[in-house]
Amino acid sequence: MALRQIAFYGKGGIGKSTTSQNTLAALVEMGQKILIVGCDPKADSTRLILNTKLQDTVLALAAAKGSVEDLELEDVMKIGYKGIKCTEAGGPEPGVGCAGRGVITAINFLEENGAYDDVDYVSYDVLGDVVCGGFAMPIRENKAQEIYIVMSGEMMALYAANNIAKGILKYAHSGGVRLGGLICNERQTDRELELAEALAKRLGCKMIHFVPRENIVQHAELRRMTVIQYAPDCAQADEYRQLAQKIHANCGKGVIPTPITMEELEEMLLEFGIMKSDEQALAELEAKTKKGAA
Amino acid sequence: MDGMNPDVKAERKALIEEVLSAYPEKTAKKRARHLNVYDEGKPDCGVKSNIKTAPGVMTIRGCAYAGSKGVVFGPLKDMVHISHGPVGCGQYSWSQRRNYYTGTTGVDTFVTMQVTSDFQERDIVFGGDKKLEKVIDEIHEMFPLNKGVSIQSECPIGLIGDDIEAVAKKKAKEHGKMVVPVRCEGFRGVSQSLGHHIANDAVRDWMLGKGKSKDFETTPYDVVVIGDYNIGGDAWASRILLEDMGLRVIGLWSGDATLAEIERGNKGKLNLIHCYRSMNYICRHMEEQFSIPWMEYNFFGPTQIARSLRAIAEKFDDKIKAGAERVIAKYQPMAEAVLARYKPRLEGKKAMLYVGGLRPRHVADAYGDLGIDIIGTGYEFAHSDDYQRTAHYIKDATLVYDDVTDYELEKFIDKMRPDLVGSGIKEKYSTQKMGVPFRQLHSWDYSGPYHGYDGFAIFARDMDMAINSPIWALNKAPWKAA
Repeated sequence: MALRQIAFYGKGGIGKSTTSQNTLAALVEMGQKILIVGCDPKADSTRLILNTKLQDTVLALAAAKGSVEDLELEDVMKIGYKGIKCTEAGGPEPGVGCAGRGVITAINFLEENGAYDDVDYVSYDVLGDVVCGGFAMPIRENKAQEIYIVMSGEMMALYAANNIAKGILKYAHSGGVRLGGLICNERQTDRELELAEALAKRLGCKMIHFVPRENIVQHAELRRMTVIQYAPDCAQADEYRQLAQKIHANCGKGVIPTPITMEELEEMLLEFGIMKSDEQALAELEAKTKKGAA
Repeated sequence: MDGMNPDVKAERKALIEEVLSAYPEKTAKKRARHLNVYDEGKPDCGVKSNIKTAPGVMTIRGCAYAGSKGVVFGPLKDMVHISHGPVGCGQYSWSQRRNYYTGTTGVDTFVTMQVTSDFQERDIVFGGDKKLEKVIDEIHEMFPLNKGVSIQSECPIGLIGDDIEAVAKKKAKEHGKMVVPVRCEGFRGVSQSLGHHIANDAVRDWMLGKGKSKDFETTPYDVVVIGDYNIGGDAWASRILLEDMGLRVIGLWSGDATLAEIERGNKGKLNLIHCYRSMNYICRHMEEQFSIPWMEYNFFGPTQIARSLRAIAEKFDDKIKAGAERVIAKYQPMAEAVLARYKPRLEGKKAMLYVGGLRPRHVADAYGDLGIDIIGTGYEFAHSDDYQRTAHYIKDATLVYDDVTDYELEKFIDKMRPDLVGSGIKEKYSTQKMGVPFRQLHSWDYSGPYHGYDGFAIFARDMDMAINSPIWALNKAPWKAA
C-alpha cells in the first residue's frame, strides 16, 4: 500500500490529540504501520501512545545540540503502543521565536532522515487554527493528503472548522490536499449531530464519525493511555475502531471543500438556535426585566 | 532663464512614450506617473514618488535596513552597529559607504568593521534575544572603548517578534552604555527612505539629550550640521567654512560623528541640514520640542556655497555676517582659478543624474558653475517635498524620472546621449559600455570631497577627467572605421 498521510486539525482543546491517538491505536490493531508527527509546540500528540509524559521534541534536542543537523533520527523517534513510531516537532516557549518555522524545520528533518520509510500511515496532529504558513506545512507541499477536522457543536469549533476548510481550499489545487471529513467530538450541545451534519453538507464533505462523550476517555488519559489500550473491550474503544475503519476506507475519497462565508455560518448557527438574532436577544432581555420588575 | 525649444520638449515627451511602450499596459500606466518633462515655473516636477516599485522591474532602491544601518547609523564612529539577523545583510554592507572618520579602527572607532548576530535556524525558531545579549556582552569585552551599540534589525527580527527593546534596556543598565534598538526591518516601507525615518525616531527616543549632554556648555554661535555623512571627507570640507566664519560646530551628524555629538544635538542655536530627505524628521522634532530653528544649505559649487554662507550668517549677528563675507572673499580667487581652468573645457556639456537623497538637485548649480547643463535628473527614494525643492534648481524641459528602472535609464541615456552621467555603481559600467562618460555620485568614485570650496576643485577636476578622457576617442572598433 502506498504511504497515506493524514492530518488532524481543529480548534484548540477540542480533543484532537486524544481522538487522533485513539484512532491510530485502533488502526495499528488493524495491522497498519504508523508514524505520528506532532506539530503542536505543546507536544502532547504522542503521550497516550508512549504512556509517558512529554517526549523530547526535535526542536528541543536540536537547540540543545546546536542545530538540527546534529541530530540522529533515533534521538527523536520513540516507539510506542504496538510499534507506533512517535515524533514531536516541539517549538519555542510561548511568546518567543517562530513556532511555525519550527514545524517546517522538524518535518523536513524527519523526511530527510528516513522517518517516513516503511510506514503505512503518517499522521500529523496540528495545533488549533491555521495561524501562519508554518502550521499549514502539512497541508502544503503534498504532505498530508487528507485532513480530518475534529469539531463539536460549539460555535468556536465550527468557526475553526470552516477556517481550516478555507486553508485546505487554498492549497487544494496546487498541492492536491483534500478534506477527509469532519469528526464530531460530542460536547453535548443542542442538536449537535444535526449541526455537524449540516456543516459537513455545506463544506461538501462527509461527517466521518460522531464520537460520543464518555468518561472512560478521561480515565484512560489520566493513566496516559488510549481507551484502546486501557479498556479494549469497552463500547468507547469500539467507537474509535469504527472511526479508524471509516478513515481507512476513506482512502482517496477526500474532497475539495466549499467553505462558507462568515455570514452564512452565522445564519446557520441562528437556524440551529446556537446564536440568537439581535431581536431575539432583546426580546429575552425585555422578558427578563419584566420578570424582575414583577 | 529662457524657455527651451518646444521641439526639445516634444522630443523628450515622445521619448517617454517610446520607453513606456515596452511595458505591459498596467505597468506602463504605473510608470507613466513617475516620468515627466519639466515645465518651467511649475512648483514641482510633476512626478509621483515614494510609491512601491512595480514588480518585475530592476529598481536601484535599497531597503529600510540600508537606510538605517547604511546611511544614518553606520557613520557614527564610536559605537558598534550590530547587523541583527542572518549573515547576508551584514556581509554585503561590510565596510560601510565612504564615510571617512578619524580614530583607530577596532580600538575606539568601528565604522568599517562589521558585527552580525549571524542568525541560524534555531534563532528563528527559539527567538534571537539570548544570542543578541551574548553579542552585546562580547562587544563590551572585545572593544572596551566603544561608547555603545546599536541594534540594526534585519527582516526576521520583525517576523518572529523578538523583544530587542527589552534586551537593549537590560544591557544598557548592565554595561552602563548606550544600547539603541532600531526596528529597521528591510520589508518595511517602499525604499530605504523609511529606514532613515525609523533611524531618526530611534535617535529621538533613545539618544537625543542623553548621556552627559545636560552639562554641555553652549555658546551663542553653536550649530549642528545634520545629514552630512562625510563621503570622501565632505563634512570636513564643510566644517572649516562654518568654523572660519565664526560658528562652532557642536555636532556633525553622522559623518565622523561621536555618540556625544548625537546626544548634545539639541544644544545648538541652529540646525543646518544637508541631506533633507534622510534627516528632516529629527530637525522638525527639535524645532517642535526645543524651538531650535533649522535651515537647508547647499555647499556644492561656488554660487551655492556663497549663497548658503550668507543665508546662514543672516541667522546670526554682524560678527558672523562679516565672517561669512571674509570666508567668501578668501576662497573666491581659488574658485575663480578652478573655473578659469575647467570651464572652457566643460562649457556646453550636458549631464544626466540619478542619485539618492539630495544630490539630484543640490549638485545642479555646481555643474552649472562649470557650464554643464543638467538635462535629466531623478531620485531613488524621494518624496513629493523633494520634488518641490527640485523645481527651482532645474531648467525647462529637464527630463525627470522617479525610481527609474534599469531599463528606462539605459534607454534615456542611449537616446539623449549626454556627455556625462552621474549615478551609482550599478549604473556605472553599463553606461560606460555605451560610450558615455560616468562619475559615481553616491561615493564620488574613489575621490572627494566634493563639498565646500576645497571640494569644488576636486569635483571640477573629476568631471573634466571623465568627460575629456582620451579614452572616448578610442572606443570605435577599427574595422568599423570609415
